[in-house]
Amino acid sequence: MEITEVGYLRWIPLLPLVGAAVNGVAGAVIQRRLGKRAISVLAVTPVLLAFALSVQTFLDLRALAPEQRFLLDRVMPWLHVGTLVADIAFWVDPLACVMLLVVTGVGGLIHVYSTGYMHEDASYWRFFAFLNLFTFAMLTLVLGDSLLLMFVGWEGVGLCSYALIGFWWREHVNTTAGNKAFIVNRIGDFGFLLGILLLFWSTDAAGHGSVVFRELQEHASVLAGQTLWGVPVVVLVTLLLFVGATGKSAQIPLYVWLPDAMQGPTPVSALIHAATMVTAGVYMIARLHFLYALAPATLAVVAGIGAATALLAATIGLVQNDIKRVLAYSTVSQLGYMFVAMGVGAWSAGIFHLMTHAFFKACLFLGAGSVIHGLGGEQDMRRMGGLRTRMPVTFWTFLVATLAIAGAPLTAGFFSKDEILWKAFSSPHGSALLWLVGVAVAGLTACYMFRQLFLTFFGESRADHEVLHHAHESPPSMAVPLVLLAAGSLLAGFVGLPQALGGANRFEAWLAPVFAHGHAAVAHAASHGPHEVELELTLMAVAIGVAITGFLVAFVLYQRRSVPVAALADVLGGIPYRVLLNKYYVDELYQAVFVRGTLLLSRLGAWIDATIIDGVVDGSARLTALAARLNRLFDDYVVDALVNFCANRTYDVGLRLRRVQTGGINAYLYVIVGTVAFVLIARLM
Amino acid sequence: MEGIGLTHFLVVGLVVFALGLYTVLTRRNAIGILMGIELILNAANINYVAFGRYAGVAADGQVFAIFVIMLAAAEAVIGLAVVLGIYQNFESIDVEATDALRY
Amino acid sequence: MSLSVALFYAFAAFTVVTAAGVAFSRNIVYSAFSLMGTLFGVAALYVFLAADFVAAAQVLVYIGGILVLILFAVMLTHRIADVQVSNRSVGRLPALVLVAGVALVMGRAVLRTAWPVAPALAEAPSTYAVGNQLLGPYVLPFELASFVLLSVLVGAIVVSRKELRSGRD
Repeated sequence: MEITEVGYLRWIPLLPLVGAAVNGVAGAVIQRRLGKRAISVLAVTPVLLAFALSVQTFLDLRALAPEQRFLLDRVMPWLHVGTLVADIAFWVDPLACVMLLVVTGVGGLIHVYSTGYMHEDASYWRFFAFLNLFTFAMLTLVLGDSLLLMFVGWEGVGLCSYALIGFWWREHVNTTAGNKAFIVNRIGDFGFLLGILLLFWSTDAAGHGSVVFRELQEHASVLAGQTLWGVPVVVLVTLLLFVGATGKSAQIPLYVWLPDAMQGPTPVSALIHAATMVTAGVYMIARLHFLYALAPATLAVVAGIGAATALLAATIGLVQNDIKRVLAYSTVSQLGYMFVAMGVGAWSAGIFHLMTHAFFKACLFLGAGSVIHGLGGEQDMRRMGGLRTRMPVTFWTFLVATLAIAGAPLTAGFFSKDEILWKAFSSPHGSALLWLVGVAVAGLTACYMFRQLFLTFFGESRADHEVLHHAHESPPSMAVPLVLLAAGSLLAGFVGLPQALGGANRFEAWLAPVFAHGHAAVAHAASHGPHEVELELTLMAVAIGVAITGFLVAFVLYQRRSVPVAALADVLGGIPYRVLLNKYYVDELYQAVFVRGTLLLSRLGAWIDATIIDGVVDGSARLTALAARLNRLFDDYVVDALVNFCANRTYDVGLRLRRVQTGGINAYLYVIVGTVAFVLIARLM
Repeated sequence: MEGIGLTHFLVVGLVVFALGLYTVLTRRNAIGILMGIELILNAANINYVAFGRYAGVAADGQVFAIFVIMLAAAEAVIGLAVVLGIYQNFESIDVEATDALRY
Repeated sequence: MSLSVALFYAFAAFTVVTAAGVAFSRNIVYSAFSLMGTLFGVAALYVFLAADFVAAAQVLVYIGGILVLILFAVMLTHRIADVQVSNRSVGRLPALVLVAGVALVMGRAVLRTAWPVAPALAEAPSTYAVGNQLLGPYVLPFELASFVLLSVLVGAIVVSRKELRSGRD
């Protein structure tokens, strides 16, 4: 592949980093001296500049021939360890370009929105420091040319997510939510890291060890024959990487952090937990599509989990009362759609939905933020209602976004969701079952989203009188992004207009070079014979019908109030309702099994340390003390006895011997004479 | 003198010596012991002179005897000075009483 | 038996008897005077051995000096009024045994040995010979003897003087 080297790509992530650094280090001082306006300028400008550079990238790519659309910016050497070579380098191909535009565009709008939403907050500067830092990390993730650099960004967004969820850290519930997000993410990241290691190890075993994407793509075939413990290496690698994706993109089993993440400020929820961070998993699979194409087993797992998650989240979202919780579960559900697309090999369809989802989900979240802001902090939908007239801009943009997510025809959401459904049905990796689940979820989505709309904006207001009195529309800093995003929700879909409806699907064409390279084991449904077109249109019609059904159900229940909702909740003894309200008790299950289990393990470890290890140490100390005491006893009773014995015997002998000294001269004389006599006699005899 | 040989004198000297030894061993009076010592010395003197005369070196023998006499005098002086000192300290010259340097 | 032999035996007996008196007397004064007798007897024996100078020295020094000294000491260490000056003896049997043993051994030696006897010299006054010897071969001991006597003098004074002082305290 031909690669064009450019020098400006590095600035796309670096400009927000500079903003984060300045705001992080000097933010408090700047805010005090120059006011919040200065902070806003320092924070928003880098992102908008990054957007401008992204547009430049797009234009530069377009200027190149489709097979040569690669821009590379080598920044500096990084890791050169043995056969592992990973430098800091940013590259752009059409896929990355799409992500860039989404991240910087939607991100920029959310930055602008935040200047209004967070205006009353004293830690204004800290918020923007982290928001910029997040942008930097996300862009690194997108632009990184190797798995390791992507992982750096991967971790970075996790960190910023934690910091921003727990932004109002004085409340315990916020920090707990931040912890939960980070810890669950970490579990996923562990799988991701294992995947990277296994991938490098396996490719290295075949002589082409690398973590750089373009090199991996070139030599992906070397993995074809390798197995580990009887399982093809490719399957293991892709599964491990997918574990990381379930953590980051909130799929089963690691989705539990996303609803709790709503504790953070609403712009955070919009940017990180709707438009950008949670899509990193989808992007990763798209990046490594050539690996996933070699592992049909993993693709089945991906699709299955995606579908199951979509269904699960949609059912839970049906009964939630917090305006942000509904949107959170909606996000999880829509991400499930994207993974279904990836699982059936419809790479560009998944990315397309990613893009449209960014628009309408961000719009929905910012609209919810607008409602919350206008009501002075109220988030429970049971205390809302009748805001249609009081907050018109918010209402109309929210309506547009709701139509998009529900898949109303001609909205962006319609085209992207439809393409996924079609590919789910028609792809060799897809099945009718997947399609059926997808359609069901579409219906549920329409139902709960319109439920939300009706509860929030229509009918009599159930809000507190005081709150209602102060309810007001949001300032322009918040309203303008809403409008722009709503426009995107309407118009962005037309780039992906399917051929079945007479369009050229320029989106798919744009991404085609990316996905056509290497093994195209997945056959894009290239044939568009009349029979195929008919099938596609039929399925489209069915999906629309189901969506309308969902809308009607919501309409009847929540607008017309024809059927009392309370009675519905009592169906089957209220058990289904309670199960849904309590999110299938999954959190409780995790708490009982994993959290308790880990705590039990740590208590066991502590017990082992205190009793066994400390016991050994104390025991050895006691043994030493005992030995010392024995030593002392030996010294006292044996050695001293010996010494004393010698001394005493000597004394006794002396005691007896000294009796010779009688003091009497006669005795001495006797001795003298006796000795002489003895000698004499001995000599002379 | 015919019939009087060396042996006679030696025997006399021996007897005196034995008596002197006996005196030294049995006397309790310090002066008594000193007297015994004088007897012994005299016996030795007899031997000296006798041997000198009968070995042909009479003058040598006599010189020795002179020396012995002289030394006996010296020793008697000292000894009696000590006895006087003992008498002053112990009020008695019984050697059994002067046993302060006992065990 | 000629007169000189008889005289010899008489003097010998006198010496021995008085020596026995020294040994066995109960009274110290008796012992002292017996000692005087012994010393006289020894002097006589010297004469028999043609050692006239020694005999004279014996009488002068021994009897005139030492014995007098002993008598002084006896007088000084007894209460004058006390007639029964004690001179008991103890442990007579062991002493007897010991002495007898020694005497026996020595007696055997004396009597058994064949002493080489030189012919007797002409009887002459011995003073000249003794003087010659003293200032001839024995001049060193002679000079040293004077030192000894001097130190004895000093020592006796020191010893008795100390005693006296401590006695007065």
